[in-house]
Amino acid sequence: MKETQICKLVSKTEIAHGIFDFTVESDVISKETQCGQFLHIKCGDKSYLRRPISICDAQNGTVRFIFEVKGEGTKELSEKEVGDMIDIIGPLGHGFDIKPNHKNPVVIGGGIGVFPLYKLTKDLGKKATVFLGFRNKDRVVMEKEFEEISNLCITGTDDGSYGYDGYIANAMEGYIKNSPCDVIFACGPLPMLKAVKEIAERNNIECQLSLEQRMGCGIGACLVCVCETIFEGTNKHMRVCKNGPVFDSKVVTLK
Amino acid sequence: MNMKVNFCGLDFKNPIVTASGTFGFGNEYDEYASLNEYGGIGTKGLTRYERAGNKAPRIAETPMGILNSVGLQNPGVESFVEDIVPALSEYDTNIIANMSGNTIEEYCEMAEILSKSDIAMIEMNISCPNVKHGGLAFGTVPDTVYELTKAVKEVSKKPLVVKLSPNVTSITDIAKAAEKGGADALSLINTLLGMKIDINTRRPVLANNMGGLSGPAVKPVAVRMIHQVYNAVDIPLIGMGGVSSGEDVIEMMLAGASLVALGTGMFVEPDLILKVKCEMERYCIKYGIDDINSLVGAVVLND
Repeated sequence: MKETQICKLVSKTEIAHGIFDFTVESDVISKETQCGQFLHIKCGDKSYLRRPISICDAQNGTVRFIFEVKGEGTKELSEKEVGDMIDIIGPLGHGFDIKPNHKNPVVIGGGIGVFPLYKLTKDLGKKATVFLGFRNKDRVVMEKEFEEISNLCITGTDDGSYGYDGYIANAMEGYIKNSPCDVIFACGPLPMLKAVKEIAERNNIECQLSLEQRMGCGIGACLVCVCETIFEGTNKHMRVCKNGPVFDSKVVTLK
Repeated sequence: MNMKVNFCGLDFKNPIVTASGTFGFGNEYDEYASLNEYGGIGTKGLTRYERAGNKAPRIAETPMGILNSVGLQNPGVESFVEDIVPALSEYDTNIIANMSGNTIEEYCEMAEILSKSDIAMIEMNISCPNVKHGGLAFGTVPDTVYELTKAVKEVSKKPLVVKLSPNVTSITDIAKAAEKGGADALSLINTLLGMKIDINTRRPVLANNMGGLSGPAVKPVAVRMIHQVYNAVDIPLIGMGGVSSGEDVIEMMLAGASLVALGTGMFVEPDLILKVKCEMERYCIKYGIDDINSLVGAVVLND
C-alpha cells in the first residue's frame, strides 16, 4: 500500500525573491523517484488542497523541490522552518522517458520550469545540451548547477539583461539547425512549450513536454487536471497528474 | 460492536461509501486503502455515451472547500459495464453506479443496461450543476422528479437511489416527489453551485465560469438538509457533503443518514477511510454504542 509520508525539512534556502529551495528526508520517495515526477504537498492549515510541486532531485534518502510563492498554499509552505515536518504524497505521475537512442538530448526550461529538468539532466549523464530561459537577470537560478551536469548550458533572458538576448526557444532552434539532436525535453510556460512543440515537430525530432494544471487528488481519480490530447484523430482529455505531467508533444494540443 | 448496515436489502459491512465523481472507478484509491475497506463505492458519473467533459481549469480552491466543473467526463455506460465492472466485482464491496441523462428515455436506457450488470445499486444524478442539458434541470422541479423516478424505477432491476440537489427552494418537496415516484433511497447533497473570480484578471477561475462547491465548507448545509429530508420521507438516506472524519460520519448519521459518503476529503487524505473507521469505533466505545444503526436520526432537538 502507498502511504502519505511525513518528511522532515532539512534544508531551506531562498534562491531568488520568492523562490524557495527545500530538501526533505524520505527514504521511500527518494528511492522511488523518476525524473519528471512530482510531490503532492499539504502546505498548512489555511489551504485545503494539497499543492503539486515537481521534484528537482532525489538522492541518498533526501528529496529536493523548489517552488515559487504564488498563492496562499505556497506562502504557507515557504513559512516552514528546518526541522518542521511536511505531509507529502509521492512520487506521483509519469515522468520523462529516457531511451537508449537518446544520444544527443536537448533540455529546455523556462522560469520555474527548469527545476524538474535538473534530475533529468543528471540522469542523462553529461550528454544534455541545456537551454535555460528567464524573464530577466534577477530571475536566473540554478545556472551553475546545470553547467556542472550538462554537456553545454546556455542561459538567456527575455529582456536581454543576462546571457542570450530573447526567447530561449529561439536559441534552441538555432542550435538544432547545426548540431545533432534526437530528443527535446521541455518544461516551462505555455508560450514556450508551444514554440518548442512547433520547432520539434517541424524538424521531426521527438519531444517530451512537462505540463502543469490545477489539481485535485493528484492520483488520477478526480479528473480535474486534464489537458486536451489528440488520440487516433479524436480529441480526448487526459489527466496531467496520472497520464502526465510529461507527454509526447504530438499527443497534446496545448489549447 | 455492529458496524453492518442493511440498506435497500443489501448488506454493507460498514456505513462508509464513496461519493460519485470524487473516486473515479476506485482503482487509484485502491493503492492507498483497499476497496474492501468500504461498505460500498460510488463510481464516477456515467452518461449514455462517452463524454469528454469541460475545459480546464476544472477546479478552484475556496475557504475549506473546492469548486469543480468536470462536466461528467466518463467512458459511457457500456464501456463501464464491459471494461470496469468485472474488475470491481472482484472486491468485497457494493458498487453504486451513478448515472446522468439528457432525457427520461436516456435515463431508462442506462438503467436497463446497468440492471444487467454486476452492480449493487443505481444512483440517479438529477442534479449535476456542470452540464448544459438535463442534470440540474431535472432535479429542481418536483413533478419532473416524480415522472423521471417513476419511469426509471419501472425498468430498473436494482435498488434506485435518487441523488438530490441542494440548489432548490425546498429539498423536502423534491425528496417526497422522488419517494412517490418509487425511489428506494435518496442521497444528498450534491454540490452547491458556486463561482470564484480572479480579481487580477477579472475572470472566473473555472474555465466553465461556475462549478459545484464541496468540502468541509458545505457540511452544515448537508447536515441540515439530511435532517429535514429524514423527517419528510420513509426511505433511507445516503449522506454526503464535506465529511472528513469519523466524527463527521457520526454527525450525518445522527441527522438521519444510514450510509455516509466520503468525497472531497479523500483528495487531501487518500487513505481517509482508515482514519474514519478508527474514529467511529472510538466514538462508539466512548458512548457504549453496540449497533451503529442506532445512531440514525437519533439527534435530540432543542425545545
